[in-house]
Amino acid sequence: MTSLVVSNIGPASSVQDGGRHGAQRYGLTPSGAMDQLSLAAANTLVGNAPLAAGIEIGPFGAAFTVRDGAVRVALAGSPRSAEIAGRSVAFDSSVTIADGQTLNLGFARGGAFSYLAIEGGIEGEPMFGSLAVNARAGLGSPYPRPLQAGDAFLVTAASGGPERRIELPKPAKGPIRVILGPQDDEFAEDMKALFLDSEWKISATSDRMGYRLEGPAIRHLHGHNIVSDGTVDGSIQVPGNGAPIVLMRDRGTSGGYPKIATVISADFGRFAQTPAGTSFQFKALNMAEAQAEAKAFAKLLRSLPDRVSAIENFDLNIEALQHANVAGSAVSAVDAGTWHALTGE
Amino acid sequence: MPERISIAGEKRYSMDFARAPNEAMAAAFSPPRLLPSGDSAITVEFSRDIDDAANQRVLALDRALNEAPIEGITETVPTYRSLLVHYDPGRIDFDTLGTQLVARAQMPAPIMTQPRRWRVPVAYGGENGIDLEDVAKARNTTADEIVARHTAGDYRVAMIGFTPGWSYLSGLASFLHMPRRQNPRLLTPAGTISIGGVQTGIQCLAGPSGWHLLGRTPVRTYQLHRAPTFLLEPGDRINFYAIDAKTFAEQDRAAEAGEIIAELTAS
Repeated sequence: MTSLVVSNIGPASSVQDGGRHGAQRYGLTPSGAMDQLSLAAANTLVGNAPLAAGIEIGPFGAAFTVRDGAVRVALAGSPRSAEIAGRSVAFDSSVTIADGQTLNLGFARGGAFSYLAIEGGIEGEPMFGSLAVNARAGLGSPYPRPLQAGDAFLVTAASGGPERRIELPKPAKGPIRVILGPQDDEFAEDMKALFLDSEWKISATSDRMGYRLEGPAIRHLHGHNIVSDGTVDGSIQVPGNGAPIVLMRDRGTSGGYPKIATVISADFGRFAQTPAGTSFQFKALNMAEAQAEAKAFAKLLRSLPDRVSAIENFDLNIEALQHANVAGSAVSAVDAGTWHALTGE
Repeated sequence: MPERISIAGEKRYSMDFARAPNEAMAAAFSPPRLLPSGDSAITVEFSRDIDDAANQRVLALDRALNEAPIEGITETVPTYRSLLVHYDPGRIDFDTLGTQLVARAQMPAPIMTQPRRWRVPVAYGGENGIDLEDVAKARNTTADEIVARHTAGDYRVAMIGFTPGWSYLSGLASFLHMPRRQNPRLLTPAGTISIGGVQTGIQCLAGPSGWHLLGRTPVRTYQLHRAPTFLLEPGDRINFYAIDAKTFAEQDRAAEAGEIIAELTAS
């Protein structure tokens, strides 16, 4: 049996997919990939369903070794150094790892999470329709916990054929967009203005449950306790110390702190990729604007298969290709192979 | 408006008994508030307080949406005072869904089936309920009296939330209302039965809690590889009865092996 062995892995790396939905009424949070677009891009490159399970790799390094066959994988998400046997591997492209070879990944640069999709997907036992790890609830398969060195995935041998690359729109920049509410009336106008006008940083103590924000203290009108009500991915709750917490995929399904605003769904993945310590701002949208963004984001996800193209002559010497001055996909292949190395430093 | 009281550092609670009957009638049919929870969920809020009438309306709307779904809704999450409705903005927009939800919330609820009633064993005190003696002291009474009052209660599952199977129960006798601990504990045991504010609860998984720990139940409200995985539904009725530590240990082993332990009784 062909396998992909985790030979080295940092914390905050786990199997994630589109999440498990329908049991929030029992206190079970959906979990799932922090950055769904990147997971979907990686899966699309290897022919998997967009939100099939892949490996979410946290900010630290990782290494995966293939045993008993060749395995096709694809990397997307936060840039980081990636190489197999000393050869640089491109993001947003598929690559086949030969038997016995190791894919070595460095620290995330300019983001937080990268996604490794494996052709044929990950073998596991779905619970509530998902393999996503939710360690607190003992859920996730094949390992109901973050990955550790020595873990192994049973995988399908590579199908062969040309490698592929995917053309993704340039990552959006600018403020993280929110809709005020559901409890924005628990805050005075000057506090809402302070929330929207301030520079924020994500604290290093953040995790898949919540991102803690560093910035000015946001004070409440009537105290910091409300009767618990439901939460969503991106709920921004303000506890007693006034330091907002953005609830992420492993959030509690209910919470008792006022929620001043909610990150729009189209910006959730981009927000999740904001590295700790980087300054950013929020910007309020109205409902119609936010729902237009949600629809545009859904359209982008649906368009992923159309954004994939085969990489030809992948094994040609890059220098020879550049000298040959060929147009089209061969030149794109050079770009795909070097873009992240050039811009990621 | 229901009176709001404050307990230092505590949540605000409604004192429903202060409400005149005609006011309560009006509240039963008043339109809920629609609060945006991002672009893909609406909080349908019936009250800002812990309020049995509001919780009944939450559960009634949840039931109505389950029986006659609105196209585009993906999941509903009942809580004490509001129903969180997740939806796909590609299939229905906020205004259209909001209008339909308000209309539904003001329609008579579908006939409620007889609620299920569970008898749940609890080993009170000792290492299973390390706060029982302190609660008794705070109420100038004995641990036995606290247990008698807690087991005499007729409780309803108002909501399940936070972590899998954490069941928040309404119906706690006012004698047992207590502010939460100043310093929440970072780790409390699986199966803990505790009181906090005007609530009592069944905590399924080990985890943090600021409530007062009265005992433990062997019953798992959430257990993988058991049918059903989730034992309780919002609206279920609960009665507790006391067992000794030895019985707890035996039943805990049986529960670990997949037995439900809690008994369904005729209402």
